[in-house]
Amino acid sequence: MADALSAAISIGFHGLAFAMVLYLISVGLSVTMGMMGFVNLAHGVFAMLGGYVVTSLMGRHGVPFAAALAGAALVTAFGSVVVERLLYRPLYGGDDLDQVLLTMGLVFMSVAAATYLWGPMEQPMRPPRWLSGEIAIGPRGFPAYRSFLILSGAALVMVLWLGLERTRFGLKIRAAVDNLRMAQSVGINTSRLFTLTFALGSGLAGLGGGLGADLLAINPNFALDNLVYFLIVVAVGGLGSIRGPFVAALLIGIADTGFKYLLPELGAFVIYALTMVILLWRPRGLFGRA
Amino acid sequence: MATEGLVRAGLRPESGAVAVFARRHRFHPLEALPWAAAIAAFALFPSYLPLGAQILATILFALSADLVLGYAGIVTLGHAAFFGTGAYTAGILAAHGWGEPISGLIAAALAAALVGLISGLVVLRTTGLTLLMQTLVVATLLHEAANKASALTGGDDGLQGMVVWPIFGLFRFDLFGRTAYVYCLVVLFLGWWTARQIAHSPFGRSLTGIRENVLRMHAIGAPVMRRRLVIYTFAAGLAGTAGALVAQTTQFVGLGFLGLERSGTVLIMLIIGGVGRLYGAFIGVPLYMIAQDRFSTIEPVYWYFWIGLLMVLVVVIARGGIFALIDRLRR
Amino acid sequence: MNEGVAPLALETRALRKSFGALTVADAIDFRLERGARHALIGPNGAGKTSFVNLVTGALRPDSGEILIDGSAVTELAQSVRVKRGLARTFQVTALFRRLSALENVTLAIAEREGVAGDLARPAGRHRRVIEEAFALLEGLDLADDALRPVNMLAYGRQRLIEIAVALGLGPKVLLLDEPAAGVPSRETGLVAGVVERLPPDIAVLIIDHDMDLVFRLARRITVMVEGRILVEGPPEAIATDPEVRRVYLGERRRR
Repeated sequence: MADALSAAISIGFHGLAFAMVLYLISVGLSVTMGMMGFVNLAHGVFAMLGGYVVTSLMGRHGVPFAAALAGAALVTAFGSVVVERLLYRPLYGGDDLDQVLLTMGLVFMSVAAATYLWGPMEQPMRPPRWLSGEIAIGPRGFPAYRSFLILSGAALVMVLWLGLERTRFGLKIRAAVDNLRMAQSVGINTSRLFTLTFALGSGLAGLGGGLGADLLAINPNFALDNLVYFLIVVAVGGLGSIRGPFVAALLIGIADTGFKYLLPELGAFVIYALTMVILLWRPRGLFGRA
Repeated sequence: MATEGLVRAGLRPESGAVAVFARRHRFHPLEALPWAAAIAAFALFPSYLPLGAQILATILFALSADLVLGYAGIVTLGHAAFFGTGAYTAGILAAHGWGEPISGLIAAALAAALVGLISGLVVLRTTGLTLLMQTLVVATLLHEAANKASALTGGDDGLQGMVVWPIFGLFRFDLFGRTAYVYCLVVLFLGWWTARQIAHSPFGRSLTGIRENVLRMHAIGAPVMRRRLVIYTFAAGLAGTAGALVAQTTQFVGLGFLGLERSGTVLIMLIIGGVGRLYGAFIGVPLYMIAQDRFSTIEPVYWYFWIGLLMVLVVVIARGGIFALIDRLRR
Repeated sequence: MNEGVAPLALETRALRKSFGALTVADAIDFRLERGARHALIGPNGAGKTSFVNLVTGALRPDSGEILIDGSAVTELAQSVRVKRGLARTFQVTALFRRLSALENVTLAIAEREGVAGDLARPAGRHRRVIEEAFALLEGLDLADDALRPVNMLAYGRQRLIEIAVALGLGPKVLLLDEPAAGVPSRETGLVAGVVERLPPDIAVLIIDHDMDLVFRLARRITVMVEGRILVEGPPEAIATDPEVRRVYLGERRRR
């Protein structure tokens, strides 16, 4: 009995950490897809970039953890603006196929670029000394880094949600996601709003990729390997929704961790089957709008 | 296209429109070109026949993708699911004592069609991103299943020990690839013939309607879901046949047969030639595969860089592929 | 069932639809006679589009009945209602963009004839379908553009092809949603002319804002406001009705 409880706590803990990483990476994708209807399969590239920046800065240049994270967020935010303005913008409102092709092409290029710049091996993530080891909560010890991940993830989520609810910028985002044409007609500069939102979402993804480098391995195939997960979180959560992907990430994170632990022969199979069932029942996602 | 050429040739549209329209399905001499080229290649490039066989099988795969993507307008990232299902079916049969190729091929086609039917029932209820997502999930699900069922599929290492018997007991699969080439050519021909029939039938025309404006299709009383399901299932069977061809002629099946890369590259091969024209596959696939063969000495990773760049450039510059470029040049 | 009296081409009984607090259809009793030339007008937000969507089946009513040619279709899907004789055109042209005009109409006729699902024979063998489609286009003076992709034609001609496609379905009831919308004013006459020449046995309901068009084409007008039918009658009566004036023009009196 105590074993089952312990296992449950473990699964819950690690699942929650995984969920945080998934959410931080995917929320930007949900909002931008919901706002502009743009199929961005290359979103994972930004998370990967964030992961490489953090591991490189810390590993090769000894940059402190916090600074490395900040660097990751800034680099990805900036890079995303360039991509959005140059490549994505001409395709808004166009054929789905064009968007799929373009973004898949970028993913392929990212695989090669990452191999060229950092080599084919996985980048090891060494958490800073003050976050390694275990911390004691009650009778158990929990990995300190993962605990930090959960706490900082939660804090970021809180800041994000508050920001969206309380600020003018957040209001504009919610308006544009809800009804783009209406937002334009009340004078919101949607083109600039989109670039900013895209930068914010990509920056968050970079941050998530960096924070979660030991959960989602940082290697050149990152964007391809994890594409399904990010898309599942967004589709199950509901495009354009901000809270939806959080619930979806929790579901996926905990279920994935649980099944891999309890039924490793099935692996991620259950997640995919679960996704299909949920999307069959609610094609717009759990929190999507009809 | 052919009709515009005839109109420009001086046929008065008012009197000839119906006749021209009714003749679209007739064979055009140019359509014999790919087959002549394939036969010529058999004679002229005897050392490239194994590659040639793979190209022919992949053309069949791309053709099946064209039916779904180009004709019905269903954007899918999981078409490899059917290719892989066919490949593994033929492969598992051959690795477990039943190496008869033709029945293996048929079994593969049926298995893939079944997967197409079942997944289509789920996937085709949706549109847009959700549809795209679902196709990816189906393919990933099958990939994961094949990975875990390693006792049957060989898992990560791939399926080993395939033994394919001679066709009709007479034609052995030889090292030079002659049997493989002719085998693939015949199957491709049959597949192409069927696909062409469908494309020119009223059913095929209604698919283009679904692609161009599904709202309007509903408004003229068309059973949209049923039509999409039929073509999806058929195309899945065709893709499975292509997968079985590759499996039987290379005596190997790996997880990559089901993967996102394979789904993605068949799209790019089709785009190069042009979607929705039935012949895009015949242009895009050989171009891609021959180029890949030429560049095979380079690190495979850098190949993906150029392919990625090509995809980006195609979207930015040359939308519609080579066929569309030809159209534009003609004007 | 009244003996000896032909059923109405289209009828709704107590049709209701609300979106939360917003009622778009408030117990609508609507009658469209066979061979009618009827117009549905009303200010923006009156619920005209919702009414069309309810009738075609794009929207499910909260309560009430819809009947085509006397038989209930309330529970039936859009495509089934089309088979029962209902056809519509869209306010924003919804054609098969890259296909030719002839192809557009042929697809509709093929559906009507039940041959659209034919997998075996080439489409070209169904000669009669193609000839009927061409004849339809000829009748609307569109024969010259038969083989051109519709997205290359002038918008006014596209609107006419919309009507041709709807006619290809052999409808008993034809709903024309703003048939001249987006058409340059010099071409509106073309559209009006086509509507005037529609076969007399088809019941036509035009939804529009353009008063000139409405008064030219309709023998009977229904005015809708805030989801309800305000008044119904011949054009002369509607033109002088003070209630209608108030709704359209406010309290200001017109000289």
